[in-house]
Amino acid sequence: MTAELATRPGVRRRRRSWKGYGLFALFAFPNIAIILVFAYWPILENFYLSLTSWDFISPQPFFIGLSNFEALLTSADFMQVLATSLIWVVVVVGVSLIAGVLLAAIFSMKLPGTTVTTSIVFAPHVISGAAIAAVWLFIFDPKYGLSRIVFDAVGAQAPAWTTDAKWALPALLIVSIWKGVGFVAIVYLAAMQGLPADVLEAAKLDGAGRFHSFTKVVLPLLSPTTFFLVITQTIGAFQAFDIIAVMTGGGPASATTTLSWFIYDQAFQRSNVGYSAAAGTIMFAILMAITALQFAFIEKKVHY
Amino acid sequence: MSNLVATRQATGHTVEEPTTEAITEPAKMPRRRGKALARKWWGILLLIAVSLAFIIPLYVLVTTSFKSNGEIYTWPFKWLPSELTFENMARAWQIAPFGKFLTNSVIVTVIGAVSKVALAVFAAYAFAFLPFPGKKFLFLLMLGALMVPGHVTLLVNYITIGNMGLINTYAGIILPGVASAFGTFLLRQHFLALPSEIFEAAEMDGAGNFRKLFSFVLPMSIPAIATVALIAVIDEWNNFVWPLIITNSVNMRTLPIGLMYLKANDGITSWGVLMSGTLVVVVPMLLVFLFAQRFIVSGLTGAAAGGGK
Repeated sequence: MTAELATRPGVRRRRRSWKGYGLFALFAFPNIAIILVFAYWPILENFYLSLTSWDFISPQPFFIGLSNFEALLTSADFMQVLATSLIWVVVVVGVSLIAGVLLAAIFSMKLPGTTVTTSIVFAPHVISGAAIAAVWLFIFDPKYGLSRIVFDAVGAQAPAWTTDAKWALPALLIVSIWKGVGFVAIVYLAAMQGLPADVLEAAKLDGAGRFHSFTKVVLPLLSPTTFFLVITQTIGAFQAFDIIAVMTGGGPASATTTLSWFIYDQAFQRSNVGYSAAAGTIMFAILMAITALQFAFIEKKVHY
Repeated sequence: MSNLVATRQATGHTVEEPTTEAITEPAKMPRRRGKALARKWWGILLLIAVSLAFIIPLYVLVTTSFKSNGEIYTWPFKWLPSELTFENMARAWQIAPFGKFLTNSVIVTVIGAVSKVALAVFAAYAFAFLPFPGKKFLFLLMLGALMVPGHVTLLVNYITIGNMGLINTYAGIILPGVASAFGTFLLRQHFLALPSEIFEAAEMDGAGNFRKLFSFVLPMSIPAIATVALIAVIDEWNNFVWPLIITNSVNMRTLPIGLMYLKANDGITSWGVLMSGTLVVVVPMLLVFLFAQRFIVSGLTGAAAGGGK
């Protein structure tokens, strides 16, 4: 390559690379420009807006310093929102990962019917969350919904799920896990199939039982996958929206108001732009901290 | 069937025999085989239970869409409808402009996905083969967008699209999501892995960049492009929060938002109507998944595996 370039006259080389630069710009700049305008700029501008008070209508956002953050962080309602988000993330990510790795373990036994089952379990991942929410709204109907079967079986009265403050959040968590667990299972399955076969054989020769070899050999080997899934699923769970919007709209009262719903509600239903932006900045800070954790982990792995 | 199982057991047996365990503990053999068989049946039972947990909600969706109200509003639950009716579907299209929702969804999905793939192909080609000062930095800049949480960008993007005068337009729905950092990344990796001898030969023949792209790179990258395109189609079709914010008239809503409209206007009082509306949202993506599962699963989990490294 260098030898080839060296034989060419310098002028021609420069003209060629200018032409290359131009074509690069033509090909890549639209993509880069859209990313700058709609991914990077919003983060900066959102931070600025979080220092202002605005209602979309008055001509200018009014600078008020850190007042929005002060108001948020001293508000019991907002603490409740953060607590709900925390419950959401911990339950959805925790249950999805445990159920997902168990499903993957069953799938990896390669029993007849496994391929069909993996497809069925994965399918909700490609279906609209709004549609899934609508189906489960019916399933959760206390009189005619399928969930009543469970309560009939134990002789209890079926709750009103989405309109009952005690049951609304669990209802949404069930739906969110149902939609997402298949993806986790498939990622785990792919990771399991990539494990070195000789290690597993060695575990068997050592007389390790199935359960033992799973917990002592397979799970530790899967820890990079687990770590990656925890991070990405957490980031996803923090931004869960469509299921909440269709099933409860953050209610009843504010029983299902997560940080993501709060940001939407404050901006687009109450026109508290600055307040919503401040909540957005808090979400950004939380998610960046989680992403930084991921990077710290990757660094560590590389250095070992 | 039982014959097949027996054969498998037999082969399993012969494979296991040479292991030290089998040789030192011959007395345990029959019991172990019994246990293996039992485990297999438990496993299959589990598979069936898992499948049911995911199929039943979809079964409820499909049957309720075509059940009469009398068979929906009854208990115990009626698993098999005695007759199928299109009344719910007709009602849904009366209550809400479903034809309009469907048109909007198709337009947004097709134009959105095509533009996304085109932008990603060109950008990936540029990053893979063309020179530019600071190219590495630009690439990292683009990848960094993958870490930006979309939910935090909604508010400012709404203001930006407002300033561009694009609120309640197709362009406004499509534009902010049309640049795909993930798609560009995936395609660039794929382009770089293509055999370079072919390009060298093409360059010797004096083929320019456009010919190189359209006659060599693209035809050799159909599976990767299909993956990016299918994921784009699914994303556009299912997108919820952005179209909800950026459209404000019923006639500009896409299908997922239309469901919320339907629910607000009649859904809760008529499950059949809501389910038939939902069916319209679900079926196209289920079909896409059915026919192109290979690309979709590998693309989505590949992204996960790649990100993990």
